[in-house]
Amino acid sequence: MKKNWWKILSLLLLVYTVVGGLLMDVPRLFILNESIRNLYFHVCMWFGMMILFIVSFVYSIKYLSGFNLRNDIYAHNFAAVGTFFGILGYSTGAIWANYTWITDQSQSLGSVLKEPKLIGAAIALLIYGAYFVLRGSFTDIDKRARISAVYNIFAFAMLFPSIWIIPRLVGSLHPGAPGSESGNPALNFKDIDSRLRMVFYPAVIGWTLLGAWIATLKIRLQLIKDKTLINE
Amino acid sequence: MNKIFSRLLFTVSSLLLSTISFGQDKPEMADTMRSNGKIYVVVAVCLTILIGLFIYVFIVDRKVSRLEKEK
Repeated sequence: MKKNWWKILSLLLLVYTVVGGLLMDVPRLFILNESIRNLYFHVCMWFGMMILFIVSFVYSIKYLSGFNLRNDIYAHNFAAVGTFFGILGYSTGAIWANYTWITDQSQSLGSVLKEPKLIGAAIALLIYGAYFVLRGSFTDIDKRARISAVYNIFAFAMLFPSIWIIPRLVGSLHPGAPGSESGNPALNFKDIDSRLRMVFYPAVIGWTLLGAWIATLKIRLQLIKDKTLINE
Repeated sequence: MNKIFSRLLFTVSSLLLSTISFGQDKPEMADTMRSNGKIYVVVAVCLTILIGLFIYVFIVDRKVSRLEKEK
């Protein structure tokens, strides 16, 4: 039970996120109104995804430096949970955009479909989707581990232009675009209100820990299944 | 004298009016939901789902631990 303290911490932080996120005071903003509280849920999915992808990337490099199959299993499962978080972030973003961009700003569906942040995020998720297709298409375990580790590094590198750089260079409805005057929404200290930060940072940690927990469960199951293959 | 007084009254009343209309320009929030306490229902529902999910993950965790001990 001693090693499980972070699982309990994740539960406590997420209970705080739901209670504090719905009840605590938030800044009154036009267009966003009460939906600013989505910051504790939608944005945290992307932060969680990013952290899980970083972990997966590190394990891929570790695999390539020692060819230990255990690291391949770690990299695969962290990428899987990260992609799941990304899909959740994408679909929650679609709901949020429907009410703030289409209903309140009366943007046409065409301009929302042209939204560079959405296209970039879709490309990033599809690249990770191809990672799983690639893994599934090998029958040789060592070859699969080796090629998918190299591909994982490429997929991680592609995250930066597709979701961080390009949407910030061209005009976008999403916060963080040029013109919206916020360099990095949710991270910029001048931009984000201290009332939001009090719930937002614990929320990011809580959601990420939950994702890491689910990833470790998948890893442990895989290690039990493959115990004959892994020589310690 | 009367003219000055009416002018003063006009400026004061227009100032007051402008503050009132400024107050109405504030972004609309779900204040009714908060004042009648229905927001606690939402919090209760969300907490039930969250804690239920955590109990489920805890059970899966225990099962995996049991499997690990078996080998």
